[in-house]
Amino acid sequence: MFKHYVSLAVKVLLRRKFFTFISLFGISFTLLVLMVVTAMFDHGFAPMAPETRQNLTLGVHNAVMYGPHSTWQSNGGYKLFNTYARNLPGVERLSLYTGVGRAHSYIDGQKIESGLKRTDDEFWRILDFTFIEGGPYGTADVAEARFVAVINATTRRRFFGNKSALDQFIEADGQRFRVVGVVEDVSEMRQVPFADIWVPYTTAKSDAYKSEIMGGFHALALARDRESLQQIHDEFNSRLQRVELPKGSTNIVAPFETPLELVARLLPIADAKDPESQVWRLVAFLATLAALFALIPTVNLVNINVSRIMERASEIGVRKAFGAPSRTLIVQFLVENVLLTLLGGLIGLALTILAMHVLNTSGLVRYAQFAMNVRIFAYGMLIALIFGLVSGVYPAWRMSRLNPVDALKGGVSR
Amino acid sequence: MIRLQNIEKVYRTDRIETVALAEVNMDVTEGEFISVMGPSGCGKSTLLNLIGLLDAPTKGTVQINGSPIATYRDRALAAVRNKEIGFVFQTFHLISDLSVLDNVQIPLLYRRMSNGERRKLALAAIDRVGLSARVQHFPSQLSGGQQQRVAIARAIVGRPRILLADEPTGNLDSQMGDEVMTILKTLSADDKTTIVMVTHDQQKADQTQRIVRLFDGRQVN
Repeated sequence: MFKHYVSLAVKVLLRRKFFTFISLFGISFTLLVLMVVTAMFDHGFAPMAPETRQNLTLGVHNAVMYGPHSTWQSNGGYKLFNTYARNLPGVERLSLYTGVGRAHSYIDGQKIESGLKRTDDEFWRILDFTFIEGGPYGTADVAEARFVAVINATTRRRFFGNKSALDQFIEADGQRFRVVGVVEDVSEMRQVPFADIWVPYTTAKSDAYKSEIMGGFHALALARDRESLQQIHDEFNSRLQRVELPKGSTNIVAPFETPLELVARLLPIADAKDPESQVWRLVAFLATLAALFALIPTVNLVNINVSRIMERASEIGVRKAFGAPSRTLIVQFLVENVLLTLLGGLIGLALTILAMHVLNTSGLVRYAQFAMNVRIFAYGMLIALIFGLVSGVYPAWRMSRLNPVDALKGGVSR
Repeated sequence: MIRLQNIEKVYRTDRIETVALAEVNMDVTEGEFISVMGPSGCGKSTLLNLIGLLDAPTKGTVQINGSPIATYRDRALAAVRNKEIGFVFQTFHLISDLSVLDNVQIPLLYRRMSNGERRKLALAAIDRVGLSARVQHFPSQLSGGQQQRVAIARAIVGRPRILLADEPTGNLDSQMGDEVMTILKTLSADDKTTIVMVTHDQQKADQTQRIVRLFDGRQVN
């Protein structure tokens, strides 16, 4: 039976080439956009190297200090984390590091701009970087403020060509570092690990950071297990109540959260003051957006489908006369429609891979590695399936309601 | 086999009521081959649709094999149509995207059986109407008479006990019409299939065992 549906669907699609083209164009273009967005989302938020243990890590990437008349939004300061984030229950490792700052270097009179991140040694133990040569700097390097650096592959190429960079020196931000390790490039969309050059935070030009509550630091915690995540979040929030705040400030919101939770919390649709997870708002928001985006092509497909069904009224009449229950006819039509949308989905996938390639080579996102993976493929096919079902259900229902006598006459409803 | 009691069929639109059938009582016994005659618009096709369970009467009862089908819902009606009734239409109603073989298999799609079994039964039915050489052809590649023979093969493939034919020869020339009549008579004689045929053609009607005449929705004798 299923084989019969499939072969009939293929014949119908081939016979109505223009209709098929219009439908496929709409479906594949819609899916292309939805899947590129999905791929970006995946590239930004799904666990991938070096954040292989992302499901066990939480970070404080944003701190907001509220006063009666003021709001100060920034990153947390070193003092905030050093004083309150150490020895949290459930934390296996804690890393403190700065955001990416711009560092300029000059080679042969050419100015090179790199992203520089200052980190501790735990940074390298929580994150799973792939070293091409050398290794990370260690506890002693950080404690003694040694001028050592880990650089990425692109930086090595820019400074040293294709030669080994180990024990070579690079100038960055007016400081001179000895290269101890080279890692593979990390996409700019992975804000936690991303940089071109990583150096010990103790090499900062001034000690001022040590006394800052608000500043340029991030905290990254590796939890012992999944159950500890909530505990870490709650304990740090409660410790924040005891922070001695500068005058004019009443409270500070700087929760340990996942990157997704951070984005969700800072959206205009959410409450930034609420440190609890508001990811559901982001999901609802994105789902609504995607649904609205897919609405027009869906309505279009529904229209095409209704007229297509009315054209085939006689077939429906015959099938009913020979004993097809309404439900079976609905399934037949849905199979046809889902096949069409899945075909559109496959074309959409091919276009997405092309778009990813363009995005990767455009330099729009530094070191972007948008790539098709099973997850994105599955999402794409799921979207296509939903699209096919939604756009097929109403026409199929209309069809199944056709009186067989009318259907045999050509579909005029009484 | 078929019993119609006090059948009335009224079509209602916003303002107009059209009585298509009134006070129709009819019994067709098993194996009987009858024809229904009457001028255009007298309710012949409506009567056939009611017997074929494609439409429900406004009043009265239709019984197939003694079962009062007024209480049946979509799925049960579909099952009765599938097992007990075969249709032949004036305009054939073959599905143009499907080959002869696939068209004939349609009633069997709604039964639980293997593809091989379906194919075997369909080939046997096609053989009975003498089109074995055309199984892979499409309807557009066949003459009108051949198309109607495919339609008959489709109607009998599921071995229904009732065959309803709505002007089966109406679109055919006399020679092709005779061929179709021969097939119907063979089905009646050999298989004891109960056949109700609507026709305009007195000569064709004379070949059946009994003629029911309708005029303005009522039976006349």
